[in-house]
Amino acid sequence: MRHILAVLVENNPGVLTRVAGLFSRRGYNIDSLTVGRTESLNISRMTIVVEGDDLVLEQVTKQLHKLIDVIKINDITSEQYVDRELVLIKVGADPVIRGEILQIVDIFRARIVDIGRRTLIIECTGDEGKINAVIESLKPFGIKELVRTGKVAMLRGQKFTSISETKEDE
Amino acid sequence: MPLSGAEIIIKSLQEEGVEAIFGYPGGQILPFYDALYSSSLKHYLVRHEQGAAHAADGYARATGKPGVCVATSGPGATNLVTGIATAYMDSIPIIALTGQVPCELLGKDSFQEADITGITLPITKHNFLVNDVKDLARMIKEAFHIATTGRPGPVLIDIPKDVQVNKTKFRYPENVSLKGYKPTFEGNKGQISLAAKMIGQAKKPVIYAGGGVISSGASKELFRLAELTLSPVTTTLMGIGAFPETHPLSLGMLGMHGTRAANYAVSQSDLLIAVGARFDDRVTGKIAEFASHAKIIHIDIDPAEIGKNVRIDIPIVGDIKKVLAILNSKMEQHLAGDWQHKIAEWKEKHPLFYESNGSLKPQFIVEQIHDITKGKAIIVTEVGQNQMWAAQYYKYTKPRTFLSSGGLGTMGYGLPAAIGAKVGCPDSVVIDIAGDGSIQMNIQELATAVHYNIPVIVAILNNNFLGMVRQWQELFFDRRYSHTEITGPDFVKLAEAYGAVGMRVEKAKDVKPALKKAIEAKRPVLIDFTVEREENVFPMVPPGGAIHKMLGG
Ligand SMILES: Cc1ncc(C[n+]2csc(CCOP(=O)(O)OP(=O)(O)O)c2C)c(N)n1
Repeated sequence: MRHILAVLVENNPGVLTRVAGLFSRRGYNIDSLTVGRTESLNISRMTIVVEGDDLVLEQVTKQLHKLIDVIKINDITSEQYVDRELVLIKVGADPVIRGEILQIVDIFRARIVDIGRRTLIIECTGDEGKINAVIESLKPFGIKELVRTGKVAMLRGQKFTSISETKEDE
Repeated sequence: MPLSGAEIIIKSLQEEGVEAIFGYPGGQILPFYDALYSSSLKHYLVRHEQGAAHAADGYARATGKPGVCVATSGPGATNLVTGIATAYMDSIPIIALTGQVPCELLGKDSFQEADITGITLPITKHNFLVNDVKDLARMIKEAFHIATTGRPGPVLIDIPKDVQVNKTKFRYPENVSLKGYKPTFEGNKGQISLAAKMIGQAKKPVIYAGGGVISSGASKELFRLAELTLSPVTTTLMGIGAFPETHPLSLGMLGMHGTRAANYAVSQSDLLIAVGARFDDRVTGKIAEFASHAKIIHIDIDPAEIGKNVRIDIPIVGDIKKVLAILNSKMEQHLAGDWQHKIAEWKEKHPLFYESNGSLKPQFIVEQIHDITKGKAIIVTEVGQNQMWAAQYYKYTKPRTFLSSGGLGTMGYGLPAAIGAKVGCPDSVVIDIAGDGSIQMNIQELATAVHYNIPVIVAILNNNFLGMVRQWQELFFDRRYSHTEITGPDFVKLAEAYGAVGMRVEKAKDVKPALKKAIEAKRPVLIDFTVEREENVFPMVPPGGAIHKMLGG
């Protein structure tokens, strides 16, 4: 089963290596890992999508906790959350087929962010299902290049994964 | 007055109560060595940086205080690696300080640059690269805190040369604040009560004690638990000394070369109380058959150990000493019954034994060492058969008296660790029980022992084989002794060349007199015991087998 972990870490040099190294060393499978700054200076947040049964997840979480730079871990998989991913897709777009592509872009509420002579870059944000669907729809036009950010996720409503809320749910 | 980074390191070490450090200088650690020149900190110059790391480790194991080692950048730092990994696998608190190329040269493949924080990432509890002298004191404070609290372990601090030279105001922080590091010391009360109840109902309890009991200083509490519940106690290699092996409830060591009594007891028990142990494969053998009739209580400070290898019925995360004290307060005195009789019967029927056939037996030598030191020495070991015989045939009664590389199994550990132990415990007799293969891996440290007159005794059980590997070849590879016959130098002459006392013993009757002479010499001594060449360590659980199915012994 796939789990989504929201992980707060000290923004120290090497912290990404420590986390990534732990996963490879212990043989855990990462689906995706994103990292970026948060509302607090010095603290970064990782969203890690990891594949494994409950036993594996328990070990992953415990081993992550042993890293001194890891401050907090939430497995949000079974909670109410919002998740998003962003994708940039460069498609071949000769003038004759541009209309068709534009229609797809419209349906998915994606956007055109670059127009070249023979190509378009499309930006799309959404959950995984939507991103996969837009990619499928554009495939027939010839995808020249594609980049996805990986998933970011956040709990809905009054639940938090942030440092100031750490005490309450620990 | 502002101090240089080098002076700050020394002041910080003194603030931490460090009395001895083990190291080796070089270009990028020169400012530190310069500051050391005019300080009162005692430094031991080893002959190889691996020796420094093992000496710091031996010091830490023998005293319970963190050990400190120092090396220069590049090759100096990489030479520490095996020693750091050894300490990591056995959860030993050491601090490794390494010089590094100046900040502006980092990442440029500069002369003697090695990414030692990268290299040691998976073998340290944590490590630091200091970019700014202003962070130095704080990082040293954090390093000691991390190394010595929770589940202990090695911490490395990599210090670029310019950081050692730059100056700042020195103030050693009183506290550390690490958001991501808060070990759990107090065990959950509810869980402890459940455990007490389960122990109360058990008919065939066994205590399985590991190195965590020793690092937590919980031997007394363990003793009390055993006597209250009349539970037999078996220890892992790392747990040796946590419970007196002379006690009727002692089963000795369990696992691959454990006693039959220990392995039978665990296999038949209905409750296994695991304390500061981690269900290593050398202990459990075939995991599906390990303690398969037992419920399991697991007490450990490291939550990640719980449920890692086996399913646990009652996990308790906390400091063992604290948890056991509370647990004991909930226990009533049990009475002896069938189980205790069964245990006594197994012990009686299956003692460790070896055949005396007139030749000099390695087991006999270990027994003689026990006799002459009245079981009070600090025994350090190398790795292989020597290590197992030292574990089996010496009866340990106190924690921190058996020092051995358990998790990593590092040949070459013994001599430098013995030096570290002797520096930390000058009043104890310290003996390295060695093999002729292992001793050659760090033999150069004899020079260190002689130079500072650190009177350690090296007892080589010389079989002219890489004995343990040969044993496996004999048993599992059709006696094809591929590259396990090993020659050595004339160890007696070698010892003398180093300035140590050298002796050779070939006959049983000469063992004790030689040992006596060695202890009285008050100088480093090496005794080369010529032993039976193809002696095996028994009993033995074949790799991957269930632990109650043992060969020999
Ligand atoms: C550094 C290192 N290299 C290789 C091994 C594998 N190994 C384990 S035991 C052993 C033989 C040790 O021989 P010796 O020191 O003579 O001791 P004996 O078993 O004969 O007592 C070897 C090679 C090891 N444990 N450590």
